[in-house]
Amino acid sequence: MPETYESRAMNPTITTSGALTADEPPGAPAYDVTVVGAGVVGTAIARELARYRLRTALLDASDDIGNGTSKANTAILHTGFDAVPGSLEARLVREGQRELRAYAAETGIPVERVGALLVAWDEEQLAALPALSAKAERNEYHAARLLDADELRAREPRLGPGALGALEIPDESIICPWTTPLAYATQAVRAGVHLHLNCRVRHIDSGDDVHTLTTTRGTLHTRHLINAAGLYADEIDRELGHDDFTVTPRRGQLIVFDKLARDLVNHILLPVPTAAGKGVLVAPTVFGNVLLGPTAEDLDDKTATGSTADAIALLREKGRRILPELLDEEVTAVYAGLRAATGQEDYRIRSRPDRRTITVGGIRSTGLTASMAIATHVTELLGESGLALGTPSELPPVTLPNLGEAFPRPYQDAGLIAADPAYGTLVCHCERVSAGEIRDALAGPVPPHSPDGLRRRTRAGNGRCQGFYCGAAVRALFEEARS
Amino acid sequence: MTRRERTVDVLIVGGGPAGLGAGAELAASGAGRVEILEREQTAGGIPRHCHHGGFGGRTIGGAGTTGPAYARGCVAAALRAGATLRTGVTVTGWAGPLTVDTTAPTGLERITARAVVLATGARERSRSARLVPGSRPPGVYTTGELQQAVHLYRQRIGSRAVVIGDEPISHAAADTLRVAGLEVVAMVTDRAPARLAVLTRGGDRAPVLGRTTVTALTGRERLTGVSVRHHDGRTATLRCDTVVFTGDWIPEHELARRAGVALDPGTRGPAHDAAHRTSGAGVFAVGNLLHGVESAGFALAEGRAVAAPVLRHLATGEWPTGRPSVAVDPPLRWIAPNLVGPDGELPLDGRFTLRTTRRLASPLLVVRQDGRELHRQRLLLPVVPDRPFRLRAGWLDRVDPYGGPVRISVC
Ligand SMILES: Cc1cc2nc3c(=O)[nH]c(=O)nc-3n(C[C@H](O)[C@H](O)[C@H](O)COP(=O)(O)OP(=O)(O)OC[C@H]3O[C@@H](n4cnc5c(N)ncnc54)[C@H](O)[C@@H]3O)c2cc1C
Ligand SMILES: Cc1cc2nc3c(=O)[nH]c(=O)nc-3n(C[C@H](O)[C@H](O)[C@H](O)COP(=O)(O)OP(=O)(O)OC[C@H]3O[C@@H](n4cnc5c(N)ncnc54)[C@H](O)[C@@H]3O)c2cc1C
Repeated sequence: MPETYESRAMNPTITTSGALTADEPPGAPAYDVTVVGAGVVGTAIARELARYRLRTALLDASDDIGNGTSKANTAILHTGFDAVPGSLEARLVREGQRELRAYAAETGIPVERVGALLVAWDEEQLAALPALSAKAERNEYHAARLLDADELRAREPRLGPGALGALEIPDESIICPWTTPLAYATQAVRAGVHLHLNCRVRHIDSGDDVHTLTTTRGTLHTRHLINAAGLYADEIDRELGHDDFTVTPRRGQLIVFDKLARDLVNHILLPVPTAAGKGVLVAPTVFGNVLLGPTAEDLDDKTATGSTADAIALLREKGRRILPELLDEEVTAVYAGLRAATGQEDYRIRSRPDRRTITVGGIRSTGLTASMAIATHVTELLGESGLALGTPSELPPVTLPNLGEAFPRPYQDAGLIAADPAYGTLVCHCERVSAGEIRDALAGPVPPHSPDGLRRRTRAGNGRCQGFYCGAAVRALFEEARS
Repeated sequence: MTRRERTVDVLIVGGGPAGLGAGAELAASGAGRVEILEREQTAGGIPRHCHHGGFGGRTIGGAGTTGPAYARGCVAAALRAGATLRTGVTVTGWAGPLTVDTTAPTGLERITARAVVLATGARERSRSARLVPGSRPPGVYTTGELQQAVHLYRQRIGSRAVVIGDEPISHAAADTLRVAGLEVVAMVTDRAPARLAVLTRGGDRAPVLGRTTVTALTGRERLTGVSVRHHDGRTATLRCDTVVFTGDWIPEHELARRAGVALDPGTRGPAHDAAHRTSGAGVFAVGNLLHGVESAGFALAEGRAVAAPVLRHLATGEWPTGRPSVAVDPPLRWIAPNLVGPDGELPLDGRFTLRTTRRLASPLLVVRQDGRELHRQRLLLPVVPDRPFRLRAGWLDRVDPYGGPVRISVC
């Protein structure tokens, strides 16, 4: 007997260990849809599917959602001004950005419209700005504006010497990369999507009606399969018998500077792309830090998320030119993310209705921005592939804890602390994270399974001391909640 | 927004040895309402979790009581003297030149003082802050985190550890690791190993790899090794599941910077004169916020010593401006204090505290201002990185208060 929407909403199904029952899903011959990969793209798709009366599963190999490329990017909500005009990516970024902005406001995901400046450091770059402005027009972005050197300096007084002018993109924004997939996943499981973590798909047998997925946690049957496996989308595709593309990881290393650097910069400072290649950017984060990066290194190892001495030196050299004072500030973290490059300047989204599969691949460097539009697009493709979606219903509302510096946080909220003193008990001092927020995250609908997962939900341990003061205390709270 | 607004005479931020020392002495000398705010649930600062002995003296290491006992002693002395000590209260920022905002389980406050003493201490730089490349697995610690994990929370650490550093703190970290049942496979330092220190410590079994830098951390789910390169070009990967980054201090200077007080480029703590006056009128600073890192006894003594200048300021309201700075030339790293006050006040024990970037055998230090030599002094013992050495301050009265910076160089 199928569960009702209400009963499902009250008991979200999230599994992290143990064998999936031999005939997963229980009580039915198969899931209607299974999404492989719970990154920002997979969670967005699962959330969109949750509107329909479908039995939907969301699988990820990791112990958490958003634990692949989605956790390690530059966290910019792009306008799509510089996309390849006419491409699918250009459209989905444009639409996704609008949708996500509205969704963020509704759910409490921090977004700051700081605007971007493409700074020209030589005549060649300066000469390239009008063409970029024209490209923005072709991408239906009409607010781009050229700034001369004086106006640029007035906007960014700490820029290094030699900046000649800039193209301003006032709507480029920064967003929280961690609460975005968390919001999607939370809504999805609340609306009845089954989330199976630590569940790597190893092998797929595609029959006439169902795909049988052999995972590290047992077998699972599904009528339709959506491949949102990010860097591994090519391998899942090959399991399905398709061989359209190969994912070549393109590593982007980034340096995060301490919050005391935040006042040095007002906008996202983008490089001007020229024949000589792309430079690096300097961008504020919603947590109040400053990012410097990313590099672009083509690799063949899909697990090579480490940083290297050469890249750190290169970034520092480039950063010194852009914002000399930045280099005097303390570094909080160095990390790297891998873009799922496929040798094509566009997404690789392909539906094969006869095979009941949709591949959502090649979501290289704009997936956070485009996630909601990708989800809508994929859902439309699914509706056209023989699955009766029915009428969509409203999703249960979610409110995410605010992780953004530009919005009030619990430690500043007298009323909240009066009602519950745990919000006035600070545990992580650098990031001002209270015991109340940590408790809430540990008891949340999609709880963390590692201190790192807790960090992405609360910012605890994310600050300049990297645990010197609070690391042991945060771990103690995590372990206490688990036992 | 509802913040309870209050006033006190002296507000001390930080309840470590320095803040507690300041609170004790100020309360005892009738400074009025003296309030110490400490963000942790227990006051005492870093010694709270240093279970080894060696606390009380002017230098780190050597004999002395254990950290927790020392911390309790500091707390008791402050309370006995009549200071108000509030724990679990974090100063989150400034609402005016001498007005701070606080967060505590009991609510939000806005406290205005007639003088503020910053005593927020120093922390060790993290692996990231040191720009150590590689992966980001669990198993990477600083001494501060390690000691809390072992002594305050009894957490499981691992089985094989590498310690980065070869100063007294590093050996304290190695001891803590052994207490927690780990084998310390090596201590790694990019400096020449401090052989004497090793010889005098019978308990140390781990080899010290000198002139060796960490080139990467490896491992994904868990640390699997520390890759190193010796200065002669040899490389190796030390197999371990735990690594502790020790020393490499940076003052906990957020509040100081948010107050807009000038930092000293060498120490990265607030620039200050011998009376512990920063560039912000009414804002004093003591302890390791000024210099990473001196001993707890030194921090406590600085705290006590700040009482007299605070009382003087409360009485007169005066604050010096335009003080000449004191700066060092390479290979020296920093000096504290680093401003010359107008009133001939001498630093603690009548001596400046310095650091060097490299070992110098009995260096000759020369003090000059605008080309004029004020003092020269040969040190009898060699000076080494990460260990304090001192310079007599008797020349301070020869400084031209309107002149340029005072420079200390090695001849
Ligand atoms: C350096 C860098 C900077 C970026 N900056 C931005 C930016 O500023 N703005 C923006 O919009 N985008 C940015 N991006 C792009 C964005 O991060 C990605 O497009 C997005 O995260 C892709 O999401 P995803 O869900 O497709 O992939 P992922 O997040 O990688 O998710 C894929 C998931 O699939 C799982 N998986 C893989 N194989 C299997 C299997 N066999 N079985 C089960 N699960 C599996 C993985 O565990 C993973 O969780 C940036 C990317 C990088 C690398
Ligand atoms: C591993 C290790 C071993 C050591 N061994 C020795 C030894 O053997 N002998 C020895 O003499 N010394 C030793 N030391 C050094 C000694 O601990 C320090 O010198 C001493 O703690 C410095 O005192 P402090 O008050 O300046 O700073 P801290 O002890 O760091 O105290 C600063 C306090 O300020 C609080 N604080 C910071 N910001 C705020 C804020 N915004 N609001 C409220 N409160 C705030 C902090 O929570 C902290 O409690 C050791 C240090 C370490 C790390």
